[in-house]
Amino acid sequence: MARLNVNGVLREVDAEPDTPLLWVIREQIGLTGTKYGCGIAQCGACTVHVDGAAVRACSVPLSAIEPGQKIVTIEGLAPGADHPVQQAWAELDVPQCGFCQPGMIMASVALLAQTPRPSDAQIRAEITNICRCGTYNRVLAGIKLAAERGQSG
Amino acid sequence: MRVDRRTARHTLDQPTDRGLRPSRRAWLTGAGLFSLGFHIPFLAPARAAPAAAEPEVNAWVVVKPDDTVVIRIARSEMGQGTLTGLAQLVAEELDCDWARVTTEYPSPGRNLARKRVWGDYSTGGSRGIRESHEYVRKGGAAARAMLVAAAAKGWGVPAETCRTERGVITHVPSGRTTTYGAVAAVAATIEPPKDVVLKDPKDWILAGKPLKRLDTRPKLDGSQVYGIDLTLPGLLNAAIRDCPVTGGSVTSFDAAAVSGMPGVKRVLQIGDSAVVVVADTFWRAKTALDALPVVWDEGPNATVSSATIAETLRAGLDAQEAFIGNTSGDVAGALKGAAKVVEAVYGVPFQNHATMEPMNATAIWTAERCEVWAPTQNGEAALAATAEAAGLPATACEVHKIHLGGGFGRRGATHDWLRQAVLIAKEMPGTPVKLIWTREEDMTHGRYHPVTQCRMRAALDKDGQLTGLHMRISGQSILASVAPQRMVEGRDPVTFQGLNPGGPEAAIGYTIPNILIDHAMRNPHILPGFWRGVNLNPNALYLECFMDELAHAAGQDPLAFRLKLMGHHPKHRAVLQAVADKIGWDQKPPEGVSRGLCQTMGFGSYVAGAAEVSVSESGALKIHRIVAATDPGHAVNPQQIEAQVEGSFVYGLSAALYGACTVKDGRIEQTNFDSYPVMRMEAMPAVETILIPSGGFWGGVGEPTIAVAAPAVLNAVFAATGKRVRHLPLKDTDLRRA
Ligand code: FES
Ligand code: FES
Repeated sequence: MARLNVNGVLREVDAEPDTPLLWVIREQIGLTGTKYGCGIAQCGACTVHVDGAAVRACSVPLSAIEPGQKIVTIEGLAPGADHPVQQAWAELDVPQCGFCQPGMIMASVALLAQTPRPSDAQIRAEITNICRCGTYNRVLAGIKLAAERGQSG
Repeated sequence: MRVDRRTARHTLDQPTDRGLRPSRRAWLTGAGLFSLGFHIPFLAPARAAPAAAEPEVNAWVVVKPDDTVVIRIARSEMGQGTLTGLAQLVAEELDCDWARVTTEYPSPGRNLARKRVWGDYSTGGSRGIRESHEYVRKGGAAARAMLVAAAAKGWGVPAETCRTERGVITHVPSGRTTTYGAVAAVAATIEPPKDVVLKDPKDWILAGKPLKRLDTRPKLDGSQVYGIDLTLPGLLNAAIRDCPVTGGSVTSFDAAAVSGMPGVKRVLQIGDSAVVVVADTFWRAKTALDALPVVWDEGPNATVSSATIAETLRAGLDAQEAFIGNTSGDVAGALKGAAKVVEAVYGVPFQNHATMEPMNATAIWTAERCEVWAPTQNGEAALAATAEAAGLPATACEVHKIHLGGGFGRRGATHDWLRQAVLIAKEMPGTPVKLIWTREEDMTHGRYHPVTQCRMRAALDKDGQLTGLHMRISGQSILASVAPQRMVEGRDPVTFQGLNPGGPEAAIGYTIPNILIDHAMRNPHILPGFWRGVNLNPNALYLECFMDELAHAAGQDPLAFRLKLMGHHPKHRAVLQAVADKIGWDQKPPEGVSRGLCQTMGFGSYVAGAAEVSVSESGALKIHRIVAATDPGHAVNPQQIEAQVEGSFVYGLSAALYGACTVKDGRIEQTNFDSYPVMRMEAMPAVETILIPSGGFWGGVGEPTIAVAAPAVLNAVFAATGKRVRHLPLKDTDLRRA
């Protein structure tokens, strides 16, 4: 039994050590906001935070998570889902199908934590998640809006 | 349980599925899960009258006592915004309070039981709104009339003396008021009006406005349940591997080699060509499937390659026999008498839809009933596929629709993935099974954008005027594979999308005195499908890039050359002129920047695109700016149209710049996003959308703009480099200056 701290709750999970964190989160813990899109670290749909850093959970085996590491998924990002990034997303109607959006949001939050006022070029370089519906321009606008809010508020 | 955890917070915002919820509750409360729980879902949808607490005013509108309005949506939401747009149209006529609007999908089984009261469920061809706007608006208007009649009856006053505003009914002479919620139960008993008068679109207050989507919030916190997320008590998970070569089959597989692996419940074959592992979790099913030894008989197509397919298509370019899509005048004569003949051959490869959510479906089967949960673009077709695979009448089946994590045409016309889920469930009666395709399975077993080549041949007279055009398309027909019953005397009319001589759907925008557009059908074994934009994509690419070639050959400006041929096509011309004006066609572009433009018509709408690009010394393309114009007749939600237009460039340019599914040894070579790259934010240009709703018709917006993405950019690439990219994707062309 491995022990994981997910969204501030300690969970015992019964999975083979080479099981990707993505599937542990989705199938053992039952948090399905973290999505499967490719399984090979290409699309970012599975992005979660491990100790605050954006991580593509499909490519991290359970065994790689160290005791005490804090995992945050989209469900645990902010109480009431009112993180400035989520607010900006709502305001700009960013999602289309929405399937990539948990990953987009988690990647964007991690970027802003590191770089509170990113330039367009920084955003374009850092947000490499795939969105097949094509929400990129609204994602970019959403990050900038959240950054502004973060600064003033 | 997990799936319900947010519904309390989002009752006003989250589309719910009545079919799904009672059913799941039934599962949860059923003591003998499969004996009791299984039957309840079927009984609920079949009942004729809704529960008294939630009066159904008519098929489209339910008003709850708390004034919440539930609008029923038959078409599917896959990101394109149709759900919100249709709700706007109903709410407009209903005159209800938008802040209290919520939506639900009536299940296909209920639709069947109620004699198709909700009409067509098909959500493809950009038809979600344009083909149902009238009857859904009438549904809203009729419900309003019934609610007013109910209030008037209660007050004993003539209905004509009452007016409505945002769900409140006022008796004007006395000033008395009531709400829709208060009179809905009575309204439900009132005879529906024989006819209703719809509002003039110029009086719209909800429709036509850039309202926020109704389905956003659950997409921000992980609470939106997609098909891949579904869970049911006792659910098992399945992973599948179909024969890598279409037309092949399973010779043998060694189930014993993996049946002892963690979590594995069953190892089985379905149909002739697929092996399946069922396990407690998907990851364990997939892990065992990866380890499963399988011997395939790859069948007759195992030697086919992209090169052999290209050879077959090339032969079609010269074939004597071809189906005619558009003809007038004497092209052969025009070519013979031409001052100059211009000729070029173009081609497009297979493309995968690559929806972000891989194919999946959940099914439970017994000898009496079959129930499916599916992200489908066509609930009715999904129900038919369920019944067929289950070996049961459709009345003994039900499909619960779930929002799609992308559709793009993959999840509507063929339900191969759903059929597989039912066949697996059939092997395990009474056990719910969720089938999930890996991305690799999805990439290699698509229903691909059809492969075609095209020879363009044109006659210019001594003044550089276009006098004749022969456009020979050679290649795959979608209908021949997907819907042969829609072929017209052996001919596939969809092949000529955007090239038709006229009509409200997809007409060519030029008058050319001598014209022949024909199709030599050549169908390789790789299965085709409706890929967002369908045949409008290659057709606009061929015609609009070649128009640029002709303008160049005639020594004329590409815009001016086109406009001369567009005198009889004012709507085509208007969108083209609009992008030209906005991008500043008559002024010099910024240093190092080049421009291209194009136009087309499809899915009932007129669209044009213009691009500004630069190409570096090393041949790297940068797209700086896109301007796109759309005339969809009526615009139901302008900000969502903008989102569709932006997204269309991502989809269209992903294919134009990077995407190609190639064939080797009979199979698709690309397996994931590493070998099938798509556009990411880094390459995404700014998109400026011009909306020109000229009124009087209803066109679609989810697809047409995709077709102008590639030609606008490729024409700009020619302006920058002098190189014509005639075969997609562009990444295969060296753009370095010679
Ligand atoms: S699923 Fe992890 S990056 Fe795609
Ligand atoms: S919103 Fe559909 S994939 Fe991004």
